[in-house]
Amino acid sequence: MKKFIAILISLVMCLHNGISFSADGSYHLDNAKINLDDEQSLQRGARNFINYCLNCHSANYMRYNRLADIGLSDDVIKENLLFTAEKTGELMDINMDSTEAKKWFGANPPNLTVTARSRGKDWIYSYLRTFYIDESRELGWNNLVYPNAAMPHVLWELQGVQNLEDNKLTLTKSGLLSAEEYDQFVLDTTNYMVFMSEPAKLVRYKIGYYVIGFLLILLILVINLKKEFWKDIK
Amino acid sequence: MKKNNGFMSWVDQRLPVSSFIKNHLTQYYAPKNFNFLYFFGALAIILFVVQILTGIFLTMHYKPDALHAFASVEYIMRDVSFGWVIRYMHSTGASLFFVVIYMHMFRALIYGSYKQPRELLWIFGVLIFLLLMAEAFFGYLLPWGQMSYWGAQVIVNLFATVPFIGPDLAEWVRGDYLVSDATLNRFFAFHVIALPLALAGLIFLHLAALHSVGSNNPDGIEIKENRDKKTGIPLDGIPFHPYYTVKDLIGLTVFLIVFASIIFFMPEVGGYFLEHNNFVPADPLVTPAHIAPVWYFTPFYSILRAVPPILNSQFPGVAAMGAAVLILFLVPWLDKSKVKSIRYKGSLYKKWIIAFVTSFLVLGYLGTVPSNVWGQMPNFIPLLGGLDWATFVARIFTVIYFAFFVLMPWYSKKDKTKQVPKRVTYK
Repeated sequence: MKKFIAILISLVMCLHNGISFSADGSYHLDNAKINLDDEQSLQRGARNFINYCLNCHSANYMRYNRLADIGLSDDVIKENLLFTAEKTGELMDINMDSTEAKKWFGANPPNLTVTARSRGKDWIYSYLRTFYIDESRELGWNNLVYPNAAMPHVLWELQGVQNLEDNKLTLTKSGLLSAEEYDQFVLDTTNYMVFMSEPAKLVRYKIGYYVIGFLLILLILVINLKKEFWKDIK
Repeated sequence: MKKNNGFMSWVDQRLPVSSFIKNHLTQYYAPKNFNFLYFFGALAIILFVVQILTGIFLTMHYKPDALHAFASVEYIMRDVSFGWVIRYMHSTGASLFFVVIYMHMFRALIYGSYKQPRELLWIFGVLIFLLLMAEAFFGYLLPWGQMSYWGAQVIVNLFATVPFIGPDLAEWVRGDYLVSDATLNRFFAFHVIALPLALAGLIFLHLAALHSVGSNNPDGIEIKENRDKKTGIPLDGIPFHPYYTVKDLIGLTVFLIVFASIIFFMPEVGGYFLEHNNFVPADPLVTPAHIAPVWYFTPFYSILRAVPPILNSQFPGVAAMGAAVLILFLVPWLDKSKVKSIRYKGSLYKKWIIAFVTSFLVLGYLGTVPSNVWGQMPNFIPLLGGLDWATFVARIFTVIYFAFFVLMPWYSKKDKTKQVPKRVTYK
């Protein structure tokens, strides 16, 4: 048992300290421990997303006023978050022209509304934390999760600058946030993106419990109903 | 009460409502020994209705237009009140429809429900299965995600393998040189009206044939051969209503618990019911690394991949895949057994049905993964060296799949059957 725990702890330490790669050489994604019930985290994530992502990336299946679901009133949205639209009922669109964007970055920044559903939360969480300096790239940045990504590290001022040596990322220039603060920043953003990819998720489970509860009661009733009818069948 | 009767007799003189209810519900006698496998027919009809109803509401908000289709689905998921429930009901319903139909077909297979006098009933059933596959395929393009798009591209290209007319045929199906807005529009038309209409008609014929010959049962005994001398009612029969309506309510409620669990707690089912890559809008310029059909097509997809090209033509694979479905039509005449039900068949048949179900499941699994999933066979193996292990396994199980049908006349005849009792076993 002790041995097992020791192995477990060393495994966790490994995951925590170094970079781990899976068998096929792709980066082993870190688990994003998001919590959709944490409204504060979702609100911080919304702020991060709108300030840092929503300049190049559109999210135009999502309306601003849907942020009401995570406790942001119309007034708060209008005062703090409405940069690219006039009314809170509008979609989260951007002003950047997609053909221009393709010229600048080499690829069109994808719409991020449902990225959390196609890539998964762990991918986003890992991706935003594994940018490193790479002079061979046009914009000077590369990424472990998504090698040769067209996107530069837009959050470098917050995270600082990482270098890749012997398959290991080291922080060579610190940023405005500490490592823990930056991880939390990315976690909040990921949390928000999961919410944005499916706003119904906030109520889905709650309704589900009622529905299943109702059906279980119904099941007891119909079993007894059947027994009552069938008792004379021999 | 009297007033009611007056009204009913007024109606009955003009439309035979009461006699219809009698003939098909209250005095339609079904064998009393149905087990849980007999829930699946009723569940299939209920799912058909669920798909039609949720489909109507989805159609109110969906836009069959390559520029707007993906966004309109997201609109349904976000801006339409409870649109997400309706959409998940429809997407989950599609997958569960196949679970239900596969169970229903398995039931018919093991109890010999295709045998004389139920050959037409079976044929209508196989036709429904065929149309259901087409219906699911057309519907899968509509969300216009990457998997929708490339899945359709792959399937339509199967037509291109037909000798001589292939490329023209594929273009005719697509309505364009590649899957495009024109394809989306015609698939929408097929999905929302043409096929549902045909399905409704076939379901009617399936039921009409069923009520004319009567239900089979787990014993494979014709209950009509043992009637009460006075009343003429089958001794082992009970009125469908109320006995099976109340019993089916149990099956329905259990089914709804599964249905609701998926809708509310795991609508994607780990990427099997809603594929992750389908949350990326269709892009004709970016081919996904791994294109796999939805899980319910994967056994047939595996057969397609397992057959090697002959003379540089992929057509043999396509033909094998088609044959894997069409061979079902012949089952009533391939089975030479004297008995219907597996209960009275010998061990030979049991071994074959186990081999068949195993091959169906293994092929189903292999269709969801890339063919290099288990690596390649070492080079020192003659002839097979360098071949993907998964392809090799898929070939073996493809042979077993077909052998189950092709050898059926032989093993069903040779099999030692047991004596069938006169009356059904109950409790």
